Amino acid sequence: MSISVHDKLKILADAAKYDVSCASSGNNRRNPGDGLGNSVSAGICHSFTSDGRCISLLKILMSNNCMYDCAYCINRRSNDRPRATFTVDEIVELTINFYRRNYIEGLFLSSGIIKSPDHTMERMMLVAKKLRLEQRYYGYIHMKAIPGASDELIRQAGLYADRLSVNIEIPTDPELKRLAPEKNFKNILTPMSRIHLGILENKEERAKFRKAPVFAPAGQSTQLIVGATPENDRQILLLSSGLYREQQLKRVYYSGYVPVNGYDKRLPAVQTPPLVRENRLYQSDWLMRFYQFRAEEILDPKHPFLDLDIDPKLAYAIRNYHLFPVDVNKASYEMILRIPGVGVQSAKMIIDARRFRRLTSDNLKKIGVVMKRAKYFITCNELPAKAYTWEPERLKTQIVSESISKYRKAGDTQLDLFPLVMQAQKEEQQRTMIWQH
Amino acid sequence: MEYLTYDGSFEGFLTVVFECYAKKILPVDIGRENAFQQKIFAQKEFICTCPEKAERVWRGLQNKLHRRNKELPLFAFLSEAPCIEIMLYRFIRRIFDTSFSIETDFGDPDVLELKKLGKKVVSETTHVLQFLRFQKTRDDIFFAAIEPHYDVLPFTIEHFTNRFADQQWLIYDIKRDYGVYYDLKSTHEVVLSEKSFRSTDGKVSDNVLHEGEKTYQTLWKDYFDSINIEGRKNLKLQRQYMPQRYWKFMPEKTQPGISD
Repeated sequence: MSISVHDKLKILADAAKYDVSCASSGNNRRNPGDGLGNSVSAGICHSFTSDGRCISLLKILMSNNCMYDCAYCINRRSNDRPRATFTVDEIVELTINFYRRNYIEGLFLSSGIIKSPDHTMERMMLVAKKLRLEQRYYGYIHMKAIPGASDELIRQAGLYADRLSVNIEIPTDPELKRLAPEKNFKNILTPMSRIHLGILENKEERAKFRKAPVFAPAGQSTQLIVGATPENDRQILLLSSGLYREQQLKRVYYSGYVPVNGYDKRLPAVQTPPLVRENRLYQSDWLMRFYQFRAEEILDPKHPFLDLDIDPKLAYAIRNYHLFPVDVNKASYEMILRIPGVGVQSAKMIIDARRFRRLTSDNLKKIGVVMKRAKYFITCNELPAKAYTWEPERLKTQIVSESISKYRKAGDTQLDLFPLVMQAQKEEQQRTMIWQH
Repeated sequence: MEYLTYDGSFEGFLTVVFECYAKKILPVDIGRENAFQQKIFAQKEFICTCPEKAERVWRGLQNKLHRRNKELPLFAFLSEAPCIEIMLYRFIRRIFDTSFSIETDFGDPDVLELKKLGKKVVSETTHVLQFLRFQKTRDDIFFAAIEPHYDVLPFTIEHFTNRFADQQWLIYDIKRDYGVYYDLKSTHEVVLSEKSFRSTDGKVSDNVLHEGEKTYQTLWKDYFDSINIEGRKNLKLQRQYMPQRYWKFMPEKTQPGISD
């Protein structure tokens, strides 16, 4: 029984979609003039799905057959579903032809585990090798590193791929073991360390020999599933923070648990994925990477979960109201970054522009500061200091009611414009219900 | 009251700037010749484009502007925003007349507005890189049609030449009726009098298409549909990142597939 490439593609793309990593960024790879493709370090999003996620790579599994039986995975061996496996050539053909038509920046290749980690890794590696050496392909390649594969295979993979990743999925070891008895943290962190070491060693080598081959130039990333297990946001953020700091990962992805395998009682009985919580985690991730926040500042032991009705930056400002108001004409860049309603671009522009003149609230508005929000936290030219003296809890209510009335005025009834607040309340309820043991 | 007019080209505009300095004119407004018909009582002066004078102004700007703003005057000009000429003129005067750099004086409404306009044009260029889709023809030429709001095709050539170095391609701006053709060695500007593609959306006629082309378009459409997660539907977000005006060029949005 042979199935067409069409059918394989549908099965194996559908099987890969829960790995949310999408980036094609991190490396500049120049075409020497006679090959196909190049890589742009900012990455390019070529299309967007109906759920708003970017498509920049051909993201597929080589095979959705798998030896393992992880509770949270649709491809687990005990699930009865259509299975398929691509040949190396089929993947190469698809990648090259999509690439030539400017549909994609490159390939994202993962796989279920067939026969053994080494066997699987070797097959995947062949795809990358063929693309680079036979097809003279200089586009992007993101390859999963299979936990348990040999160091040598991982080393080779890094020579052909731009980015390597290993998915942690479950944020703590005991929970991982509970849902995937064949896996454990050590098993996952080992290849991650190996890759990290490889990148560091390679950097040193290239500093000495300019022509040395490059190893995983776009670095490493990973994924955490949010909401399949009871870990709190603080645990998740501390884990990410450690991964960024110690392992120097480029990205951590947070994938809201999409209910699958409803028959498995180890999994929470939820109806919808925790999208608001996922969004708050991404906002926190951004605070850590671009706004110089530490994980401990976003969540302390007394507040282990992120507020669902307001973003983490606003939550921080309200909890630390004694730090405000900030004088935009005098304060440091670090402090300006902390103002709710001020993004990184606006913060930089404020620092640049105030060298020429004192900035007024009109200037700030034109620069792009969300004055409706920032006004509670700043002083500038004509806004006097302490214009607003608010009790932190009342301030939160005030800001939240202002954003609800904005939606009500617009008269929007579409589901996707539903105020975040309502959605957030639903999720909050859901969470307290399922983890009450 | 000096109203200066020019032929509408960037070179023409730079010549106007030159003449303002040379003849010590303080313009009230600068505009294209045909846009100024209404102001019949005003003192209008038409400035003829002179490449050498334009070049002097441009070189002067390149010497003064920061590396990241070197193309800003051109990008902002291409936005064709109302009053762009007089805004740019004021900005250029400040650049030349101030000893230190004023490029980050965002309190000046001109500086801020020009930065935003420049960004709009760069953003349109990025959209071309993102959403352009090639169709393979029987002669192994990869053809793509685009319809950008601003004339950004020239800024995309370097990217496509470097990336698709080993395939012949032709990108055509159907709004402005000109394109660029790459023959594996160099690029050439072309105007096609006979078009074997639909002028509304660049769809290449079936008899010119490569035999395998439809298959790959369908494969791409299938892939696009397969990776969708229904539980996360957010059409507003999708349209925000991928404006509807590009959809007619994209097989994933035009091909019939498993779901729509």
